[in-house]
Amino acid sequence: MNPDLYMLLKRRIVMKINRLQKRILVFLLILCMLVPVGILLPMYFNAGDAWGEWSAQTIKEFIGYVPEGLAKYSDVWKAPITDYTINAADKSVVHQSGFYIISGIIGATMTYIIMLVISKLLIKNEE
Amino acid sequence: MHIPDGYLSPQTYIPLYGVFISAATVAVKKVKKTVSAKNIPYLGMAAAFSFIIMMFNLPVPGGTTGHAVGSAVIAIIFGPWAATIAVSVALIIQALIFGDGGITAIGANCFNMAVFMPFVAYYIFILISKDPRKKSRVYLASFIAGYVSLVLTAILTAVEFGIQPLIASTADGKALYCPYDLSIAVPAMAVEHLLIFGIVEGLITATIVSYFLGNEPGLIYAFKKKDSDENK
Repeated sequence: MNPDLYMLLKRRIVMKINRLQKRILVFLLILCMLVPVGILLPMYFNAGDAWGEWSAQTIKEFIGYVPEGLAKYSDVWKAPITDYTINAADKSVVHQSGFYIISGIIGATMTYIIMLVISKLLIKNEE
Repeated sequence: MHIPDGYLSPQTYIPLYGVFISAATVAVKKVKKTVSAKNIPYLGMAAAFSFIIMMFNLPVPGGTTGHAVGSAVIAIIFGPWAATIAVSVALIIQALIFGDGGITAIGANCFNMAVFMPFVAYYIFILISKDPRKKSRVYLASFIAGYVSLVLTAILTAVEFGIQPLIASTADGKALYCPYDLSIAVPAMAVEHLLIFGIVEGLITATIVSYFLGNEPGLIYAFKKKDSDENK
């Protein structure tokens, strides 16, 4: 490759990220790999849903009925990767951990890119 | 703390959508004015951090789960308005793609975790810590900012849950939305955040703020802001 062009590309792509930012990206990647802790710890300590985030089915077990409005709204949206997993029926730890990591990477990458785009559109202040 | 669809009545979630959208509009203007382009890569990373940290569900043994949010640390380092946008992006993606938090509750969830929480954290921090050279004081201030802001955000969320039986019930006294009132929701959510999740948010906030103070002290918004005020 033409060395000038290479330097130009390198400056455009690589030079914009400093050492601290590189370190943060590595840190974020490590966090993505560690997310299964977020399902294994609750499993180990026998902890269930977050307060107020129960399914309609669970609410029925608690109070004997499903509130009318809750029943009406609870299925209003079908998320493509509901609860950070593809096949919730497969309870195996390996399956759930694997999909949790993949969801973490997909979600964090989307969040990162969308936030970058929004920031670039908004911020023109070079100082 | 991600309120699902069906737990809030329209009388609650529609006004909260309004409040959130107004706050987000102001945030866009403030970020445009006050944030430097040098911070753009950091803002992407901050939003991604918030997304990831919320996946670390922590247990109340034998009970419920909860997690840190990351709003406090983002507010202290990049300012509360930037935190509003960054955490909102994470929350909206969690709702749309992963069904974590309801679509009807996006306004409520973003208001709680991306508007209320970063501002509470930011003002607690600048109230306690005024001098970046006093490192242990910065650590303490960051811890308290993270701890208190998460606990208060949990209580705010519990109030939104707990007022539902008052707002909307059937003629025979059955709940239409969240069935638990304030006397159940508030203590339940306050205690778990006071004892466990708040401490985690505090430690995360203190550790990261201290790390930035050691490596890139000029970046920290909470201190920069005060410098410019003094120069006036």
